[in-house]
Amino acid sequence: MRGHLPPFLSNATGFLPLLPLEVIARRLMSNAMAARPSFAARLGEYAGRTFAIDPVDCPFVFLIKPEGGRTDMKVVRRSVAQDHDARIAAPLVVLIGMVDGTYDGDALFFSRDLSIDGDTEAVLALRNAIENAELDPSTVLGLPKSLQGPVNRATRRLFVELRRLLDAPEENGPNSGANP
Amino acid sequence: MTTPLELVCPAGTPAGLRTAVDAGAHSVYCGYRDETNARNFPGLNFDRAEMKEAAAYTHEHGAKILIALNTFMRAGCTDLWKRGVDDAVAAGADALILADVGLVDYARKTYPKQRLHLSVQAAAATPEAIAFYRDRFGIARVVLPRVLTVEEIARLTAQAAPCETEVFVFGGLCVMAEGRCMLSSYATGKSPNMTGVCSPPSHVSYREESDALVACVGGFTVERFERGEAAGYPTLCKGRFEADGAVSHLFEDPVSLNAVELLPRLAEIGVTAFKIEGRQRGRAYISTVVRAFRKAIDTMAVGGKVDYDELRSLTEGQRDTVGAYKKAWR
Ligand code: SF4
Repeated sequence: MRGHLPPFLSNATGFLPLLPLEVIARRLMSNAMAARPSFAARLGEYAGRTFAIDPVDCPFVFLIKPEGGRTDMKVVRRSVAQDHDARIAAPLVVLIGMVDGTYDGDALFFSRDLSIDGDTEAVLALRNAIENAELDPSTVLGLPKSLQGPVNRATRRLFVELRRLLDAPEENGPNSGANP
Repeated sequence: MTTPLELVCPAGTPAGLRTAVDAGAHSVYCGYRDETNARNFPGLNFDRAEMKEAAAYTHEHGAKILIALNTFMRAGCTDLWKRGVDDAVAAGADALILADVGLVDYARKTYPKQRLHLSVQAAAATPEAIAFYRDRFGIARVVLPRVLTVEEIARLTAQAAPCETEVFVFGGLCVMAEGRCMLSSYATGKSPNMTGVCSPPSHVSYREESDALVACVGGFTVERFERGEAAGYPTLCKGRFEADGAVSHLFEDPVSLNAVELLPRLAEIGVTAFKIEGRQRGRAYISTVVRAFRKAIDTMAVGGKVDYDELRSLTEGQRDTVGAYKKAWR
């Protein structure tokens, strides 16, 4: 798959301790949920499903259950990530690009840069809810308004560069570097 | 060019709507989050409050909002559709896109001044059918099925006047006369006509099989994508099936509609509006496609030269077709 982290970095992420990673991921997730209270409503009945978000170039998987206001999130090793209703798998930078609107999920699926299995309806609901959430880096980081512009711009530049270095799929979304 | 051209763009979510408007859509089409609209996919569409906000945003930016209630009413449950019409009018819809003749009648009688468009789902493809809707209900525009040639569209457009015509120019392709295809009903019990979903995701499953991706709908294997081969949503009419010992696409190859090279001709014959398909697509797709088509339409309006290569590249490496417009299907 295009956009994979290089093997040395991929292997290095294997040494990351899961608990602190989970604490950080939960924090980011709850920032996003607090900023987008309608997210769970848009998911409707699928909010009760467990989604495995699988960055295929890392050895861990995020298990997310976005029910109501109290989203449940676990970070587990891929070998034990069995208990889920649906799985969305792609390289890490591609998954991040889907969250921030850089990529179109359908296009990634057509080009086989992203794969899904399990409950297709739940995957679509999640994809559409994420699309509508218009999440940007400063929202996920929970930053005050004054910092949002510069942080979003800097992060986008960083990701444009990173995706180029990793030969990730071409960007063309409203949040890519390509459009004014 | 004889008529001002309107670019009609898809909006599956409030964020998608803002993206389309910001990218230059003259109008956006969208629907409520229930079976009244033919894109009833999970996580898509608008609730009542979102629709009002969407109408306000669209109008503030000088665009129009067209609200689709384009499935067919279910006997014993027509209130859902009528309530949809009431709420869409109250939200400030510039036009309602309707398919069911009973709902058209309700909308016309209840809201005599409301502009009404006839959905592609109504499959009005003859001068007689269009004249009936125009004369009886004051339909202001008809969205033509994607099974007509350009010359057929030219004749229909001339005969439909003063009713305007709208044609699809880009996106996924429904290869039969919309509103009349029963394939999805046979395979899953759900269809775009009654429940707003063709080959519904609730009945879609994927599995990896010795390096290939196998896609099923309603338990039927519809497609097998080998490693490195572009995948697609397993829409029933676009699957590969085995018949008489040979495996092939029976109905149509899974190509996207891309009628860019026909834009000048379609404008010349008096088509009013160009429609982009894809309410299920993300903001990345919407912004790129809408921007490119708006640029092309603006260029045509001043007699400039359209960059067709830019528009052709939008099909994301997938094969595309001008569809029936040139009778190029097999
Ligand atoms: S099966 Fe194909 S032709 Fe029939 S409604 Fe679905 S997309 Fe259209």
